[in-house]
Parts: sequence; C-alpha cells; structure tokens
Amino acid sequence: MTSGPAPAPVTPPPTNEGSERLLSVLRSNVRQYGMLVALVVIVVFFQITTDGTMLKPQNVTNVFLQNGYIIVMALGMLLIIVAGHIDLSVGSVAAFTGAIAAVMMVNYKLDPILASAAALLIGGLIGAWQGFWVAYMRIPSFIVTLSGMLLFRGLTLFMLQGQPVGPFPESFRAIASGFIPEPLGAIPDPLGPDTLKLTTLILAALLCAGLIFMDLQGRREQLKYGFQVSPFPQFVARSVILTVAIMFLAYRLAAFFGLPVVLLLMLVLTGLYMFLTGRTVIGRRIYAVGGNAKAATLSGVKTKQMVFLTFINMGVLAALGGLVFAARLNSATPKAGNGFELDVIAATFVGGASAYGGVGTVAGAVIGALVLGVLNIGMGLMGIGIDYQFSIKALVLLGAVFVDVRGKNKDT
Amino acid sequence: MSEVLLEMRGITKTFPGVTALDDVSLSVRRGEIHALVGENGAGKSTLMKVLSGVYPHGEYEGQILFEGQEARFSDIRASEALGIVIIHQELALVPNLSITENIFLGNEQGTRGIVNWGAQHARARDLLKVVGLDDTVDTPVRRLGVGKQQLVEIAKALSKEVTLLILDEPTAALNETDSQKLLNLLRDFKARGISSVLISHKLKEVESVADTITVIRDGRVVESLDNSGSQVTEDRIIRGMVGRDLTHRFPPREHEIGEVVFEVRNWNVAHPIYDDRMVIKNVSLNVRAGEVVGIAGLMGAGRTEFAMSVFGRSWGRFVSGTVLRKSKEIDVSSIPSAIHNGVAYVTEDRKTYGLVLMNDMKTNITLANLEGVSTRAVLSEPREIKVANGYRKQLSIKSSSVKQATVNLSGGNQQKVVLSKWLFADPEVLILDEPTRGIDVGAKFEIYTIINRLASEGKAVIFISSELPEILGVSDRIYVMAGGQIAAEMPAAGASQETIMRAIMRLGRAASEGIVA
Repeated sequence: MTSGPAPAPVTPPPTNEGSERLLSVLRSNVRQYGMLVALVVIVVFFQITTDGTMLKPQNVTNVFLQNGYIIVMALGMLLIIVAGHIDLSVGSVAAFTGAIAAVMMVNYKLDPILASAAALLIGGLIGAWQGFWVAYMRIPSFIVTLSGMLLFRGLTLFMLQGQPVGPFPESFRAIASGFIPEPLGAIPDPLGPDTLKLTTLILAALLCAGLIFMDLQGRREQLKYGFQVSPFPQFVARSVILTVAIMFLAYRLAAFFGLPVVLLLMLVLTGLYMFLTGRTVIGRRIYAVGGNAKAATLSGVKTKQMVFLTFINMGVLAALGGLVFAARLNSATPKAGNGFELDVIAATFVGGASAYGGVGTVAGAVIGALVLGVLNIGMGLMGIGIDYQFSIKALVLLGAVFVDVRGKNKDT
Repeated sequence: MSEVLLEMRGITKTFPGVTALDDVSLSVRRGEIHALVGENGAGKSTLMKVLSGVYPHGEYEGQILFEGQEARFSDIRASEALGIVIIHQELALVPNLSITENIFLGNEQGTRGIVNWGAQHARARDLLKVVGLDDTVDTPVRRLGVGKQQLVEIAKALSKEVTLLILDEPTAALNETDSQKLLNLLRDFKARGISSVLISHKLKEVESVADTITVIRDGRVVESLDNSGSQVTEDRIIRGMVGRDLTHRFPPREHEIGEVVFEVRNWNVAHPIYDDRMVIKNVSLNVRAGEVVGIAGLMGAGRTEFAMSVFGRSWGRFVSGTVLRKSKEIDVSSIPSAIHNGVAYVTEDRKTYGLVLMNDMKTNITLANLEGVSTRAVLSEPREIKVANGYRKQLSIKSSSVKQATVNLSGGNQQKVVLSKWLFADPEVLILDEPTRGIDVGAKFEIYTIINRLASEGKAVIFISSELPEILGVSDRIYVMAGGQIAAEMPAAGASQETIMRAIMRLGRAASEGIVA
C-alpha cells in the first residue's frame, strides 16, 4: 500500500478502461460544461443580434454590476438547496438588513464599516432563527422561509417607516458601483481607440497564473500518489482556453473603469465557496445530508447542525446581497429585494443543482446566475419588452431543469 | 375432498444471480385454509407475488390454474378481478382517510366519477359487521390500532368479491386476542367457501387453524402436510422447515477468542411514539475480541431496534441500560460519540440507510471517517482515492473505478461498500444487521469471509440475521431474541436450528400465557 505505480485494476478488462473513463469524465462534467457552453452561445447570440453592443466594455461591466448581489446570494442558496432545503426569504432578508444598515448610516451617522458589520451579523442571526425552526423543530423550510419572507418584509417597512432612506456615504456606495484603484494608470489599446487600465490587466494575469499554478500543484499531488492524470496536451489546452477567456474579460473591463469592486468580491467568495464545497469536511457533509439524510446521520454526520449552519450562512450572504443592492440604488427602499428569491433560486437550478438535494456546484450556480444576467442585459439591448423577457426567462429555467432531469434519468 | 380452486404448477422465478423459486407446485382447495411456512427468504412471499400478479405473466416460468382455467395475470388488478386478494405484511392503508374511504380506495362506488357516499357508507358498515369491527365508518384509520387496521384491510378485500384471500404474516404485529379474532374470521370465511392462504411464522396458530400446511425451503416445496384433523405438531413443522445440511456453505475459520471487549447491560428501550410500549426489555449481552456473536430471531423480534438503540440511540426512546467497552462505561448517546468509542453499525437496509446512492464509491467509503482523509478539515482527494482503491482490492468490489456511482453497483457490491465505510472508521465492535439480505450466494460467501477476517484481526462482531443456517455457520455464540427479550444464549457448536426455533417458541408461548420469562 506504499507509493508506487498505479495499481492495475483487476476488473473490468483493461480494454474498456480508457473509453469508460473518458465517458465518465465527460458525463460528470457535462452538466457544468453544458451550461458554460450555453452561456457562451447566449453571449455570441446577443453579440450578433445587437451588432456588437453586447460585448462593449460598458455592457460587460454592467453584467457584473447588475448581478453581483444575485451571485452572492446564489452561493448561499446553493448550499441550502444541496442540503435539501429552500429559502424563500432571501429577498426580504436582503431588504431588511439593507434597511438596518441604511438607518444606521443615514439617521445615526454610523461608520459604514460598522453598519455593514452589524447588518451581516443580523443576517446571521436571522439565518439562525430560520435554521432553528427548520433543523431542530422540523418545520419544512418552505414554510419557515415563507413566513420569513413576510416577517422580514414587514420589519423592513417598519424600519423605514415606508420611506426610502439614503443617500449613503461615498465609501459605502463603492462596494456596488466602485472600481478598484488604478495606481498604475492606463495604456493605449493596441486594438482600438480606448485606453486600458493596467492594474486590472495585471490582476487578471496574476489570476490566470495562480489558477494554472494550482492546477499544476493538483497534478503533481495526483502523480505523487500514483494516480492517472489527464494527458498533458489536454491540460495545456484547458489552461489556454481559461487564460484567453479571463484575459478577454479583463480586456473589456480595462477599457471601461477597470475591475468593479463587486466583481472582486464575487470572485473571492466564489473561490472560497468552491473550496468549501469541494475540499472541506463540512462541505462534504452538507452534500451527504442532502443526498441521503438517514445514511448521513447513521454515518455520524450531525445532520441538524449542518442544516442549521447552511441557514446561518444564507442569512449572512443575503445580508451581504442586501448591502450591495442598497449601495447600488444609493438608498434602502421598502420594496428592495422583491422577487430576488426567485432569481437566486432560478440561478441555482439553471446551474444544475437538483431540487431533491445532494447535487449542485458553486461554479454551476455562478454560471446559472450569469446566464440569467446576460439574458436580462441582452434582451434589454435588443429592446425586447419586459413581458417577453419574463416569459423567455421562464422557458430557459424550465428547459435547463428539463435537460438536467432527463440526463439524470438516463444515468440510472 | 372438495374441488381444487387454485393450482400452481412448476413455478420458477429467478432474480439476477438468485433462484427465488425452483419448480414450486401448490394446490389450494375451495374453502380451505392453506398455511405456507418457511424461514425468511425461503420464497413464500415471492410465490404469493407471482400468484397475485405483482410479478406478471412472463416474468416467471410455470402455470397458474384458477378455477380450472389458466390464468395469466398482467398486474394486481387482473388477479383481483378473479377474486384473488393479497394483504401484505405492511398495511397499505392511507392513515388520514376514513375507514370507508380506505375500503373503497381505487374502487369507489358511484356513477360518472361522482361518489355515492350513502351507498359506500352503508356497504362499509355491512363489511365492518362481517369482520367484527364496531368503530364508525368515518373514523380516520390512523386512530385505529394495528389489529383493527388489519381488519379494515380484510374488509377492503371482502368488498372485492374475494374467492381467495392471501394473508402475509397477518398476526405478526397483533397481540393474542386480536390474533385469535383474526383466525376466527378466517374460519368464518372457510364456512362461506372463501379459501385463504396464510403465511405465518407463528406455528402454533398454523397448527390450530390450517387444513393443509405447505413447507417451503430454499425456494422449493419440501412437503405438504394434511392437517384436517389437527394431527400435525409444531415439532413436525420445524423439522420440515430447517432440515438441511450445512456443509461448505460457510468458510472455515480459526477461533481465537480473547477478553470481553463490549458489553450491554440491562438495556431497555421504549417505542419512539408510544412511550408506554417497551420494545426492548432488559437485554444484556457481551462480545469478546475475535468473537462473532449471532443474534437470531424472527422478524419483529426487536433485533434491529436493539442494535440501533445501542448505536447512538438512533431508534426509540432510551429508558435505561449501560454500554461498556473493556469494562469501562462508554457514551453511546449520539452517533458521533458511538463511532468515536469504537462502535459501528452496518444497517439492514443499505439503500435507505447505508449509502448516499447518487454519490460515488469513494465518497461513500470515507463518509464515516472524513478525518482520516483530511488535514485540518481540508479533504485530500488523492488520499480518498487511495483509501477507496485499497478497500476495492481488499474486498474485491466489482466496479469500473472508485468514482462509479454506488447506485449502479450490484447488491453484493453495495454491501461491500457499506462494509468498507465502517472498516475505514476502524471500529472495535461491528454490528452487522442482515448483511447478506438480498444478495446472491457467491457474494454471501464473500461477506462471511470478510466477517471471519475481521474476527481474526481481533474485532468483536455482532451478527444479526433471520436466516438460521447463516447464524449457525458464522457465529461462535448465539443469542436468541424474541419479543424484545433475550430468549436464550447458547454456544454455536451445540446449537441447531431446532434448538433456536424452540427457544423462540417457548418465549412466545410464555408471553402469550402471561408468564414473563
């Protein structure tokens, strides 16, 4: 059992091994990559139908500015759905926590950082409240969070006395509409008339280098334990595609104001949650709870505690989403966050999460949110009426989940 | 001799890897009570599923003749149309619906989709009178006890013009009075010309009520005994049920038994919902290092409930008792602490309680010991793969790779994955609950071999099984459970299936006569 070459599998006959492995790799990736391909297709489609307006620097930037809070909340919703639950209250919680921060900053002149911290803390407490009822009192999450949806909408109205509260200090608004400082200035665009923000480009290059480095580390670790890795050319191709995609995005952003703060926040959180779900004990346990709660319990997983924690996490992220949204509007309004829960849940399902729990990825949820976000902006640019927009998004949701469910039925 | 109502000829039914029924013939006369006896897994229920159309024509070989005509049922409705009604062991009633609604569920009386409630209630009232139930017909079924629910099932069967009633263990969950009531009902039916096939483990009942007793063993009919004058004795039935040689079905093993490592003392557990119903009564047992201790008993004897209540109180409401490991009391009040203290429980139902089916092999294997493949709560996939590959080799689990989803594995291989999970948790005491249920003979032998190896490594193994030959072939020492109590303890060397069966019956009799053993 010590290190050495990969142990030759006894069964099945090795002739099948290669193609079967490839098939299983394809199958396991098809959900995530399938949606990624769909995202690219949608972007290209709008790029053509809007005569190149879609990928204009300003619109690329807007995709992130307009959807940042959805993506942030989708990260929390993913864990909730993977654990086999649902949270309908996120819109109201976002509105309520945004209102609290607003009242603190505007009426009581509290420091934005302190006010934000307090809002996040209250978000966590709200999550704990709902998680308590779901996990320990065994009330279905649908009902608990439906109640939460009403309760926190009511408290928002109470908090704001029915009036919008704003405007906010500049430092607070920066989280939603600001860009990172560009101390290195700008260089002329060799391909166009614009100038490019240098710091954004350098950060993107660093991100690419970091990702490739991590991939290499992973390969090295796999090899050290004597396992097969994908062929080197495949690895190179993957890295090249990734680098081109990231650098292209950075190039578009750099031509506008550079890297939006909210995108940076989103990237950091996405990385964090990918790590949490894929590489940590707690992430694994959440998946097990959603996959088969009874089996997980009998394997020593503290099922209730896991569910409780996912709700606390959701509360904090809903609060963060609320802060970003309030900052974006520059005021906390009684109607803020109306319908967010639907966008967030839709993003998670479009991204391949299973409504029955146990299945779903962070990358999928983010891509799902981007698909819906790009649809919004693209259809807006094409001048499609809001009536059609709703209907088209509805069909995209239904279609994505249908493809997903059908794929799963074929699997078994 | 009255006319033959049903004749089943040469019925053979195979599942992938197992022959459940092998050339079985059965003949039931009009107006008789025909008992079907045999150990768990002998094929009684399978035979009745063939008869009632659960396994449709074409999925089995052989012929069914009903009232002289060949019958080819495509589903349950087809057999019901001829008056063959089966009442399963697990009652198929909807708890929140009323007695009337349950009786006519799927068979609503009325015209053009509009229910005629008056007619239904009246009919239900008549049927309740027949079965001797005096509750009002609009009582929700959940308010009734198990015995009364059983009667509602029978009323439901009667509403369908029944000519042959099949009852699968109808008295298993009933007390003595309710059982007698039910058996008397069968005698009434007999007088009206309705035949019954009764599957039961309660041989005393069988002996008293049946006209013919057919014994099934290993998917074959051993004998059909004429009991029209109640001349067949319990001992005679037991001999038919268990007579078989035990050579070469179990791997040989070295016995090297050490100190007592695990002990349960005076264990009492109440039903999770009915607080006053004690399910486990004062059970004490111990296991030594390197020893395999079997727990024998019939279904419903309380073995699973006992094991689960010891494993982190995962069943029932704990009342009293202590668990000791190497003479020191340990905390098993939660599953994590039970695991931490070296106890592992391999569940009876691997699909519902053992595996996360949608996850792959390695994810399932490491679930009970994620600490073993992580550093500071960060998992290492290479380590996971290495661990999983180790068990895949060691237990020869047949899969395309450790990344194959467990839902696609065969029953035997799934069971090995569950075993791997618990081996990786490195327990000192392993409780295996029906580890060979539903897997083929070859895989069973492999599981026995694994059990032997664990014992030879010094682990203490508690082996729960309903199959007596298996208990005798694998264990060093045997506890017999019945009615939530330990009925007997015996070394496996001197034990036989007859001594075990006798111990079960003895306790059952004592309990029904009101003498607490």
